[in-house]
Amino acid sequence: MFAQIEKLGASVIQKFEEVGRLSVFLYHTVLGLFSRPFGFQELLKQIAFIGARSMPIILLSGLFTGMVLALQFYDVLARFGSVDLMGSAVSLSLIQELGPVMTALMVIARVGSSTCAEIAIMRNEQQFDALTCMAINPYRYVMAPRLLAALISIPLLTAIFNLIGIFGGYVVGVFIKGLSGTAYMQTIIDTIIWSDLRMSIVKSFLFAVIIIWIAMGKGFFVHLEKGVSGAESVGRVTTKAVVASAITMLFADYIASSFLI
Amino acid sequence: MTENSQKPSVLIDVKDLNSGYGDRQVLYDINLSVNDGEILVIMGGSGSGKSTLLKNMLGLKEPSDGRVLVHGLDLSNASQSELLKLRRSTGVAFQGGALLSSLSVGDNIKLPLRQHTDLDENTISIMTRLKLELMSLADCEDLMPSELSGGMLKRAGLARAVIMDPKILFFDEPSAGLDPVTSVELDQLILKLRKAMNMTIVVVTHELESAFTIADRIAVLADGELVTTGSVDEIKACTDKRVANLINRSPRDVQIDAEKYLSRLTKGAK
Repeated sequence: MFAQIEKLGASVIQKFEEVGRLSVFLYHTVLGLFSRPFGFQELLKQIAFIGARSMPIILLSGLFTGMVLALQFYDVLARFGSVDLMGSAVSLSLIQELGPVMTALMVIARVGSSTCAEIAIMRNEQQFDALTCMAINPYRYVMAPRLLAALISIPLLTAIFNLIGIFGGYVVGVFIKGLSGTAYMQTIIDTIIWSDLRMSIVKSFLFAVIIIWIAMGKGFFVHLEKGVSGAESVGRVTTKAVVASAITMLFADYIASSFLI
Repeated sequence: MTENSQKPSVLIDVKDLNSGYGDRQVLYDINLSVNDGEILVIMGGSGSGKSTLLKNMLGLKEPSDGRVLVHGLDLSNASQSELLKLRRSTGVAFQGGALLSSLSVGDNIKLPLRQHTDLDENTISIMTRLKLELMSLADCEDLMPSELSGGMLKRAGLARAVIMDPKILFFDEPSAGLDPVTSVELDQLILKLRKAMNMTIVVVTHELESAFTIADRIAVLADGELVTTGSVDEIKACTDKRVANLINRSPRDVQIDAEKYLSRLTKGAK
């Protein structure tokens, strides 16, 4: 009995320690944004990786999400005789909620996992020790460009997801269900207000920080994983990073929604 | 912090150093100095604490007690800017090279120059090629680290470590995992570097041949303690059992407690 309470206590302390460690990590990374010389080349490389190369999955997932939303809303709205509101229903759902969340989930799967594994391997191969010994701050050189690249790319990816989703809804609503294209677009223009867009923007910035912070932080502290080392430790932290960023992102989504709606 | 009482010829001074990981102590009261211009080899078997000593000497690990002075600067109490300044005049060649996997070999070697100097790209390229030639890696500038062999990675890591012409060079396990010929070549390279650039070099190794070839002095570590320090001849003549075992490649004399041995074997059995 006491042994189990002790075990529980130890694991709670461990979690708090980890949150503290990751918070200090984020603090140093943010400081790295303002240190010179800033790695512009690394920034461009990361924008290409996080942003440009995520475009195909964002376009595909956005299109299908919009199309499924339109099918479901058509069914529901038809019961109330309000199919004309299809444009507003699809666009509001996408802009306020599904755009930022689905984009974040796609980026976690594609970028979060690989960033975490890459940073963990760099740690295991002593690349951070090497940078420190060369008087190069790893936070400035490796972490800060990734954070800035995520802050630039993820909001743009979210905007693209929203637009392609609305287009997907248009395709189903107008070409399959026979609604008027003009009415579909007009209801969007009439319904969407600044606070809806603000919610999408705020959420996407928030999710960008969460995704890249957890991925980099988990990888950076891979050597502190207990009971594993080498390739196994990289696999374990990568899984943990993906799960932790998805859950933290959804929790932050709830908090942001409750403040912004 | 400057130690005025320190002799000018001593570049690195390790004083009463104790270090470990969590509750496990690895180093016990290490006292060691490295003189200007010498090649000091830190030798010891696996688990003797030589890598932990190197980490402490590099300031990558905080000692639990004692201190490490480099150029009179106490690494534990030094400010960030003092540490950065010191590190710019220090080169470290890691065991596996520790090249950044996202950069080509050439870009890895250019990195310290690009980060710390205002030199133009042409000068940086010429300096990089000079070092690559010195390490017999002339054709490898555009290759990625994943395309190099173990020996080439070590030499590329060495090229990066000396690109800023450091005053002190640390080399972790230059011969580990290499064939005898490549290993001898690296030893010759270390001697050539000292001669050409007048560096102070600290090498951590467990390879006897390599240590006897390059060392001015050898420090022998065993079970976290500094057993002895001396010239190659002094180490060869040392009568301490642990040093003799290391030199004669004799297996450790492990005393087995019969009762504990049986209890380990039968642990968990019903």
